Order: sequence, then C-alpha cells, then structure tokens
Amino acid sequence: MYPIVKRRDLTKGIVLFEVEAPAVAAKALAGQFVIVRANEKAERIPLTVMDFNREKGTITIVVQEVGYSSTIINRLQEGDAFQDFVGPLGVPTEIENYGRVACVAGGLGAAPMYPIARALKEAGNEVISIIGARNKDLIILTEEMEAVSSKLVISTDDGSAGIKGYAATALAQVLEENGGKIDHVWAIGPMVMMRSIVEFTRPLGIKTIVSMNPIMVDGTGMCGACRISVGGETKFACVDGPEFDGHLVDFDLAMRRLAYFKDAEKRAMARLDCGGDCGC
Amino acid sequence: MLEKVERQAMPCQDPAERARNFSEVALGYDEETALLEASRCLQCKKPLCRQGCPVEVLIPDFINLVKERDFMGAAQKLKEKNNLPAVCGRVCPQENQCESKCILGKKGESVAIGRLERFVADYELAHGSVTPETGVPTGKKAAIIGGGPAGLTCAADLAKLGHSVTVFEALHVAGGVLMYGIPEFRLPKNVVQTEIQNLKKLGVEIKTNMVVGKATSVEELMEKDGFDAVFIGTGAGLPYFMNIPGENLLGVYSANEFLTRSNLMKAYQFPEADTPTKVGKRVAVLGAGNVAMDASRTALRLGAEESIIVYRRSRDEMPARHEELEHAEEEGVNFQLLTNPIEIIGDENGVVKGMKCLRYELGEPDASGRRSPVAIPGSEFVLDVDTVVVAIGQGPNPLVTKTTPGLELNRKGNIVADPETFATSKPGVFAGGDIVTGAATVILAMGAGKTAAKAIDEYLKNK
Repeated sequence: MYPIVKRRDLTKGIVLFEVEAPAVAAKALAGQFVIVRANEKAERIPLTVMDFNREKGTITIVVQEVGYSSTIINRLQEGDAFQDFVGPLGVPTEIENYGRVACVAGGLGAAPMYPIARALKEAGNEVISIIGARNKDLIILTEEMEAVSSKLVISTDDGSAGIKGYAATALAQVLEENGGKIDHVWAIGPMVMMRSIVEFTRPLGIKTIVSMNPIMVDGTGMCGACRISVGGETKFACVDGPEFDGHLVDFDLAMRRLAYFKDAEKRAMARLDCGGDCGC
Repeated sequence: MLEKVERQAMPCQDPAERARNFSEVALGYDEETALLEASRCLQCKKPLCRQGCPVEVLIPDFINLVKERDFMGAAQKLKEKNNLPAVCGRVCPQENQCESKCILGKKGESVAIGRLERFVADYELAHGSVTPETGVPTGKKAAIIGGGPAGLTCAADLAKLGHSVTVFEALHVAGGVLMYGIPEFRLPKNVVQTEIQNLKKLGVEIKTNMVVGKATSVEELMEKDGFDAVFIGTGAGLPYFMNIPGENLLGVYSANEFLTRSNLMKAYQFPEADTPTKVGKRVAVLGAGNVAMDASRTALRLGAEESIIVYRRSRDEMPARHEELEHAEEEGVNFQLLTNPIEIIGDENGVVKGMKCLRYELGEPDASGRRSPVAIPGSEFVLDVDTVVVAIGQGPNPLVTKTTPGLELNRKGNIVADPETFATSKPGVFAGGDIVTGAATVILAMGAGKTAAKAIDEYLKNK
C-alpha cells in the first residue's frame, strides 16, 4: 500500500496528493508518469508526475475528476492509501539549454508541466510559462509555476483572469513580445489545446513537444492499448513516450482512441451516483 | 485377467452453457475416476514418461501413491520436481510431452498423467498444502526479474536450496501470463494465487509494482542491493501487430490487451470490477495458437454473437493444442482458414466495420516444414466484423534488456543464454523462458527456471 501523506484541494474537482512511494521517488524525472490503482477492484490509471521528493520518498500527483476512477481517487483522504502505485514509467523529458522556451499548460496540464519548467530553468533556459484554462477557477498551481519560471502568463477563455483567449492566443502574444524568438515549446493539456498550440507553432517551425495521455493498461509496452500514430508510425505512448514531437502526432486518432470507452464510463458513473445496488 | 480400464474422460461443463460463462471448463476427476485412471499405469521400470517432462516429475511414483489413496503423499512427490502442479495439470501440453512417451499410447491410449496431476494438486489445495522443506540458509541473495512461470519456478527452487530470493514483478500481482494471459475458464486465478502463496511459505519475497529497467536495474540490484545472482524471466511481453492499414482503428486489440482486460483486470465483471472492455457482435481473432483460442473463446463469453478465427494456413498447421482447438470448436467458434487480412476497414467514426481478406491455398513446405500459404489472386473479400483481436505472437519486451549493458541479445531481441546452464554473457546473470526462446509454453519456461536454478546454485556456491 502507498499512503497519502498530504492532500490539498487545488480547486473544485482537482486534488493534489503527496504519496509515499520510495522506489518511484528515488528515480522519477520530469515528464515521467505513474500508474495507480485506488483499490483492489480499480482500474490502472496513468498519471503524469508533478513532483518527487527523493529524501522523503514521496511522489506528488494531481488528479482531476473526469470520470469514475478519478472520482474514486479524489475521495481518498490523508491517511488513506493507494492500492498500487508503479513507476516511474515512460521516457523523461529531454532537458537541455535550448535558450528561450515556452511551457504552455492547459488546465490540469500545469501539474506535469511544473517539473519540466523547473528542470528547464535549472538547465539555464529562459522559461516563459503560460497557464490557460476556461476560467479563473480552473487555473491551478500559479505560485508553484511562478517559482520555476522566468515569467508566468495566465490566460482564460472568458477573460476572468489574465489574457482573454485560448492558450494559443497567449502564446502568440508572448512570441510577439519576444521579437518572434522562442526556441522550443512544451504543450501539455487537453488534446484540443495541445493541437491548437501545435497548429500555431507548425508554420513558425518552432519545435513543440506534447505529452500524450492515452488509455493504458500495463504501462510497460505489453498491451499496446496506448498506441498512437507519430509521423505515420505506430508508437506505444507508455514506453516510447509519453512526450512526442507534436507536429508529427495524429491528434484525430488520439482523440478517438481516448474516447473509446465513453459508454462504459457512463455506466460506471451511473453506478457511482446510485451506489451500485440498482443493477444499472 | 483383469478387465481393461479405458482412459478416463475429463468431465467438462456443457459447451453451450460454458461458452457464456467464465467458470472452469474442465471440472477435474473425482477420487473414484482418479483411482481408475491411476490403475492403468504400468509402473514401468524405465519410465519414458519422465523423459517427456521438462521438469522431470516423478510420474510413476506419484501415480503409485494415488493408487494407494495417499493423495497428500502424491502431492508431496509431485512437488519434489514441480512447484506449480495445479497450473501444469491444467495448461501443459501433455499430449506432446509425458503422455506422448507413455508405453500404453503405443497400442491404445496413454495414461492421463496431466489429469492425475491436476487431481492431486487440487486435492492438496483443498486439504491444506504441504510446504516443502527449505535448506540451511546460505546467506546468498538472488533476484528474480519477472513473476511468471519461469521466475516463480526458479525462485522456489533457489529458496528450497536455502538462498534468499526476491521476485520483482512489474504488475500489481505475480503470476505473469498465468494471471494476465490464460483465461479464468482454463486456469482459475485463485489456483494460481494459492500456488503463489505456497511459494511465499518457502520464504520467497515478492515485490509487485517494481518495473526493472525503470525503478531499478540489473546492475543496481547486483552492485548496490547486494544480489549475488540475477535470473531474468520477463517473458514475451511485446505484442506483434500485422502492420496492415487500419490497425489503430477503434475495436482493434492486441491479444495481450484483450486478455489482460478480461483476465487480470476482470473486465468480464464490469461494472463490479472497474476496468471495462468492449466486444462487438462479430469478432475476428487473427492467428491460431493457444492465445488465439483463448481470445476467441473469451470473446464469446463477453457476449459476441460470432467469434471467428482467421488463419492463413489450414487446420492441420494450427499451432494451438488439439484440446484447445476442440474446445473452441465445441463452443461454436468459427474458422476462416486459408484466409489472411490485408486491411481493416473503419466507419466514419474510426470504428472497425469490416476486414478485407485474401483467400490462400497451400503450396510447397516452407522453412518450418509446414506447407506455405500462397495467396489466390483476385480472391479478395470483406469479412463482416466489428472487433479484431491480433493474436499472431509476442516478442521480447526490451525494458530490461535495453537497460542491461553487456547482455548479449539475438537478432530478434531475445537474450542469448547457454542452453544447459541458462547463463548469459553477463557474469552472475541467468535468463530463461520466453525472453530466451521466444513465445513458447508455461512448462518450457518452468523447465528453464528449474535448470537455471541448479546452475545459479552452483554459481553461488563457488562465488
């Protein structure tokens, strides 16, 4: 069992957990993920690592309620424990000194972006971070991101905080302010958001890395559930990724595959609402 | 003159009924049937059956104890050589091994050794297990990477010899293919877990959720954690796809994913278990090995109206065990033989709606000795299916091998190991099972684990 040593509600439906998992904490690097199970019957859910503390032996993850399993996880309290917690999985972010980089996070994407921005800054980059969300209530981890960025820009679709518009709008503005010179972009968030960033940087020829979060089962390359198409080649996101060159990713396919179990998800959610005794 | 006793049939669930449930198909002998079957054994002075067994089970000896109604004694006799008898009694291809050598088989039918093994092992599981004695502690530490048949067997034998053994398992439970691959209806998971509990009684420590190659490495285990020897038994954990258009459509699974969802994650109990799976009305399973049979039979049980094996050769060339093939046929699995897909077709939402195939005929024998399939020009047709499961084999998973410098691999990525000692090119590191041979059988992996354990013991004694 993997005890939860800290729980922090970041905003409605988004919870940060610090979890005791010494073997994972000893090795985790920015960009990697873990697979967790909340209990004995639970699904194996991949979650990108937000932070790791090698001394305390803890890993921090942030979970947003989007379906049955994330709802079950977010009901866990300090003192509860995850049944299973395996990692670090996937290939770490390629950190070097690129010059000026933009780290564009959509909503929950701020969590996995945090260690990447930190590592890029430590490597000597000028890190301009952008956190975009639908509205100000969904903006999370601003203090943390500010601490690891040279500059932090906020954008909201409804203009309730920061720049009004999508994250791509904010990136365009940042680019203009910097004389059109950004050497490398990371984009992590919902698929549509990552795709819009990728479409923005494609004609500009700015290398853009995205972090894919497809459906997974084992996370070690054994099942192929997570396959995505990159540059026309099939890749397993769990072992070849999760980070890929965004200009090569087939987002249409990735979005379709991510939605494959939507109807089952509805059945599970219905069960959650009624307590599961009705047989629905 | 005694009346000749016929080989006792295995009682099975009715095919029509069992094709819709996940309970075990073969029900097992009762005591009376086991005694009758055991009475057929001639107790040969030079038992050829033992030569057919990769782990050299003391076959006549255990059968003799069955005859004497000493079932616990028989279990103990089995366990002298076989650490997982309840598993082997169910999934070993005995017809190609022990039973193929039985002298009775020359003129009639061989003794049903596998069924007797299962009877004895199940008797033991039901009546409290016998824990074999462990040797005097040697103070030597061995790490086993992969908690499947090869690793568990190696672990048990090393523990019996007094070594301290730790198994590192990537998934959340040990068992490997016995848990994620072979379905409940062929190998109940509680049988596997009870056998694993018995290994723990030998002092074997099992660390689940430990991905070697990520959380640790072979070198780290040896240099930092003080393991004196390492056995790699990571299996064939990399699914092969056909590399035809449409393989990423929704409704296309690797057999590994399809079976792991159902077996390991118990998706057939959804929503009582949280992991879903989806099976359409008409399921095509590509391939004709045991994994393909498991997938096609699982599809029926998950509610498919039709489950079709698509195979480019004919029935005679199918690599599946005869018994598995027969069970699949009895349950209503259909076969499109001499047929091979060239493209999977999707609808406007990217969901499978058909599979374009070619008809084949058999030509000259190929390198495998089997007649090679030759495509018939102009024979293209579309098979009406909405789910495709690719079960054409698995390769070696590179997570461990890629992170272990100095480990010699062959062209396919399998570890090169000495055929007698299973020693690799890296001192102190041994390997066996599918990671060495490519995808094979549970018992061959167990045989490798067993032989490697002897070699590791020698190595540790001289270290």
